[in-house]
Amino acid sequence: MAEISSMHIECIIDKDDFNAAGEASSKVKKSLNMLGIPPKTIKRIAVAMYEAEINAFIHGGGGKAVADIYPDRVEVLISDEGKGIADLDLAMQEGYSTAPEEVRMLGFGAGMGLPNIKRNSDELDIDSAPGKGTRVKMKFKLS
Amino acid sequence: MKLSEAAAALPVKVLTGDCVRDPEISTVYTCDLLSRVMSMSEKDCIWITVLTHLNVVAVAQLADIACIVIPEDIPVPESTIEKAKEEQISIFSTSLPTYELCWRLHDLMSGTEA
Repeated sequence: MAEISSMHIECIIDKDDFNAAGEASSKVKKSLNMLGIPPKTIKRIAVAMYEAEINAFIHGGGGKAVADIYPDRVEVLISDEGKGIADLDLAMQEGYSTAPEEVRMLGFGAGMGLPNIKRNSDELDIDSAPGKGTRVKMKFKLS
Repeated sequence: MKLSEAAAALPVKVLTGDCVRDPEISTVYTCDLLSRVMSMSEKDCIWITVLTHLNVVAVAQLADIACIVIPEDIPVPESTIEKAKEEQISIFSTSLPTYELCWRLHDLMSGTEA
């Protein structure tokens, strides 16, 4: 039988509501706060998750954020059905960005999102191909 | 130094009413690239930025930032102020440019204010 998470959080990343992007990471952060997880661990999780949510909004045309909190870890899946990543190695390089100008004007799209996700997560698995969307799976240890 | 003490000593307007949360200020950070702010800013810092949209509050909340300061009298949307109140993050507005604000904050926090 599959292990049941202590807490399950699911949010739609609405393609038409930039202001709502980040809702899932904010919810996860608040839940982890209540569970008494160390602030530095919470920040790592929240930042990685927020970056992935913003990416799903900017590049994926919206999608879904799912987080499961277990006693010893947090698992997150951010998925979208957008245009996908053509060259993942290039996308992982700090400073490389394909974000449109209007998003950069808002302070996003500096080419730091994926590197920030990698730096802050304990395990990262990105499944993407052009035209096939993107699934970003992250794992964070709590102990 | 407490955030409320900094607010009283500087030419700022507290847009969120009172300082909704009033921690000891850790440091001051200024940047307009949100990814960088999230990864480099410290808990309970003052963050100076020219950005005023709603996601700025989300970034501040995720990074445990105590206060957002908007320089040069840049107007702040009411929705941003309301969201900040909800998240217990203060927003200050000032006519000072960023450089002068940093300079004053440095003097204030290091106790060298004239």
